[in-house]
Amino acid sequence: MFEAEYDVVIVGGGPAGMAAAVGAAQNGAERIALIERDDELGGILQQCIHNGFGLHRFGEELTGPQYAGRFIRQVAEYPNIEVFLDTTVLEVTPEKQVYTVNPQRGIGRFQAKAVVLAMGCRERSRGAIAIPGHRPAGVFTAGTAQRMVNREGYLPGKRVVILGSGDIGLIMARRLTLEGAEVAAVLEIMPYSNGLTRNIVQCLEDFDIPLYLSHTVTAVKGAARVTEVTCAAVDEELKPIPGTEFAIACDCLLLSVGLIPENELSRSLGIEFDRRTGGPVVDQTRQTSAAGFFAAGNVLHVHDLVDWVSAESETAGRSAARYARGLRAAAGRLVRVEAGSGVRVVVPQRIDCAAAGEYIELYCRVASPERNLTLALTAGGRTLFAQRLPLAKPSEMATLKVPKDCLGENPPEAITLVVKHADRGEEI
Amino acid sequence: MVKQQADVVIIGAGIVGTAIARELSRYSVSVIVCDQGADVASGTTKANSGILHSGIDAAPGTLKAKLNVRGFALYQKMHAELGLDIKFTGSLIAATCREEIAALEELAMRGRRNGVAGDIRILSRAELAAKEPGLSPAIPAALWVEAAGIVCPYGAAMAFARNAIRNGAAFLPDCKVQKVVSEAGRVVGLETTRGFIKCRYVVNAAGLWADDVSRSCGDDSFVIRPRKGEYILFDKSVGNLVNTVVFPTPGRVTKGILVAPTTHGNYFVGPNAQDTLDKGDLATTREGLEEIVSGARKLIPSLPLAGAITQFAGLRAVADGGDFIIRPSDKVFGLFHAAGIQSPGLTAAPAIAEMMVELLAEAGLPLTPKQCFDPVEPRPKRFRELSYQERDELIRANPLYGRIICRCEQVTEGEIVDAIREQCGARTLDGVKRRTRAGMGRCQGGFCSPRVAAILARELNMPLAAICKDGAGSALFIGKYSGNEVHEHV
Ligand SMILES: Cc1cc2nc3c(=O)[nH]c(=O)nc-3n(C[C@H](O)[C@H](O)[C@H](O)COP(=O)(O)OP(=O)(O)OC[C@H]3O[C@@H](n4cnc5c(N)ncnc54)[C@H](O)[C@@H]3O)c2cc1C
Repeated sequence: MFEAEYDVVIVGGGPAGMAAAVGAAQNGAERIALIERDDELGGILQQCIHNGFGLHRFGEELTGPQYAGRFIRQVAEYPNIEVFLDTTVLEVTPEKQVYTVNPQRGIGRFQAKAVVLAMGCRERSRGAIAIPGHRPAGVFTAGTAQRMVNREGYLPGKRVVILGSGDIGLIMARRLTLEGAEVAAVLEIMPYSNGLTRNIVQCLEDFDIPLYLSHTVTAVKGAARVTEVTCAAVDEELKPIPGTEFAIACDCLLLSVGLIPENELSRSLGIEFDRRTGGPVVDQTRQTSAAGFFAAGNVLHVHDLVDWVSAESETAGRSAARYARGLRAAAGRLVRVEAGSGVRVVVPQRIDCAAAGEYIELYCRVASPERNLTLALTAGGRTLFAQRLPLAKPSEMATLKVPKDCLGENPPEAITLVVKHADRGEEI
Repeated sequence: MVKQQADVVIIGAGIVGTAIARELSRYSVSVIVCDQGADVASGTTKANSGILHSGIDAAPGTLKAKLNVRGFALYQKMHAELGLDIKFTGSLIAATCREEIAALEELAMRGRRNGVAGDIRILSRAELAAKEPGLSPAIPAALWVEAAGIVCPYGAAMAFARNAIRNGAAFLPDCKVQKVVSEAGRVVGLETTRGFIKCRYVVNAAGLWADDVSRSCGDDSFVIRPRKGEYILFDKSVGNLVNTVVFPTPGRVTKGILVAPTTHGNYFVGPNAQDTLDKGDLATTREGLEEIVSGARKLIPSLPLAGAITQFAGLRAVADGGDFIIRPSDKVFGLFHAAGIQSPGLTAAPAIAEMMVELLAEAGLPLTPKQCFDPVEPRPKRFRELSYQERDELIRANPLYGRIICRCEQVTEGEIVDAIREQCGARTLDGVKRRTRAGMGRCQGGFCSPRVAAILARELNMPLAAICKDGAGSALFIGKYSGNEVHEHV
């Protein structure tokens, strides 16, 4: 068994893990282990060959591998970041032992002073949304198909129906069309798309691919390979409306029906989870409810832009380094941050006043599309801070820079983020 | 080379066919098992409840009753011998209303008459609450039957097949029997999609298609009708849904919709019972899934529906009369039926095998026990079941055990390569899945299926675009193509 001790051990070498490693290295962690199961760093970015990454971070449009490349080079600049590839983490213990496996080193046990969880997310499968019918070949999650097309050079089908208008589904509609497959339709169960607006325009409208809003797939047909899917309109409760069924002949169904933070390893830590995000509850330093365990990126909450993943993960890496070096102050007053009316999720879910800087950045998603709204941070009916937005969609994360001062001398136990509409006469 | 001659050919490599092959492999006879599918256990044996039934509800005196009780006892022995995935959990049969308590008392009596071993008694509410905390408070009482358990059905069939092959039997996949050929009223061989196989004895263990096989030589003494049962499978992470197999009080047609654990730590609800005309109709339906959810809720009200990972269906092979048909054909000498093997066929299979061997002996098949018969089948290596120390040693011996391919079930490349290279090894994605559990977890192969397909292509020296999910025509990927031209990238 291979054994070693590290200041910071980072589980996952995608954009979150890489930024956390850099953040830790820049903040004085001496030995950092970055553990990745794939044979290169970069995570999901390596299969995202389309552009649109890095606008916020680098002020230019990069492809996924280019964006990853910038961080891979940064990681390589720090000799104290040791990268372990082809290495899968099997278990993380509350004592901060990280068990790994690799073909050459066998089982490894990394003893860490601080751990950053950066395992990313996985795709919701057909079974999770219970699409009835046969179980032939040709039903894939969009991400799996993306990997096959972009990394292996294989198509998942020749005539494709895509369920879900999330970004991966939209990107794949364009990608498959460019590769010569025919995308017969994209179906979305909600009355609005869940993708970035620019992706709807660039991936569907530019290619005349029909988007059926408020529609779903009600059956898959085909004994060996998919031959047809049955589609139907849905009512307000998202239930298929009898009589609206129609068939689309196809040999492939791609599912882009949601991402789930991959927290299987974190479950054994006994940390607190947020049911809404599917990730751990963290404070603004991205520390979970267990001291010395940090989480960042899609394992924490599903992001739509990698730029925010990098920013958040640098914070986590910096905080992990400080913790490992014994510089973190004992927890101060903890203020719970709650998602109130109109808000689906907010991260962090608490503020540790002892660790807070001048500003606290809140990431949030609204529950449904809104125009001319105000995001208001309230406590006991009082508004502490408010920010106006012309537009917000559940698919696009909003960020809110809150001055610490607005919490006052004696911060409340809990603050709630709500959506308000000044133009409807709501008091702010 | 395909062996085209044997003393006995068994049609069908389900649990029944493989159990018979293993039983016959104790003797000095040559045995071929053939199946139209690409793999062992590709029929009903791959999709059923996987319950080792006690035999409590079968009508006394029937083959079902007798062979169920005997089969259960045989599994207790084979469990260790063949390294099967089995748990003896016991079962609860719940009364959903006061009126059904009388039926439970009757069942208990029937069970004793059928020779069911172990504890059989009605539990009080307090005892029930301790045993199954999730059970509906509306259930006034339940019958505890100790002699019941769960088994991985396709795993058992594979272990039977593996051990039969170790002891000299041969397995022919993709071999559909088109006709049982007889001369002067005696079996002389089989016409198959892989050529003619000469033999004097044929065992018809063809499941749903047993009537078609029989009819091919003029024996139309029975008809098989498919009856569908649907299931929902839940993730391991849903927590302790149930500790035992929980049945409702049985109805006239089936044992009802139940809630049970699997040997691998998942949970499931199902099956319903829906007659269909199509022997290939394995489609689930919205109505069917709703039916099993509402049925299961009567037993366990808080079903973790958000933790569902897949839905599937299986087909019962229902014969007229309802009992198993295990007998020689009365039309052709040398043909023996093991047909109409619906539930509890999985449990009864080892006993069906014993009975079949007796029938063959009575019909003149000389059965000399083999000195070299080896009843023990080492369990394939399972990374997830080992300690860190053991894993480390395994990787030193073969580094492929150090690469995780399926993250949900922690299956390594070494295990997948073993599954492909073994005798009658996996040739498809589902073949790997059923042998190793790669793709059985919460992401349902989203992560590992391209990786497993690549390993299959490498090991079998096939182009990736030729790798199938299951049977013929189920290729996973298409060679990259543009401008309507398909290029095969190897
Ligand atoms: C919904 C459901 C739930 C059940 N639950 C339980 C349970 O909990 N416990 C229990 O004990 N039993 C249960 N059973 C019953 C049990 O699953 C079956 O009795 C058992 O699997 C039957 O095995 P078999 O070998 O007869 O059939 P199969 O597994 O169907 O095997 C027959 C094989 O024959 C092959 N074949 C057919 N025709 C040909 C041909 N012409 N040439 C070559 N090959 C051919 C087929 O491909 C198939 O592989 C259940 C069944 C169902 C459907």
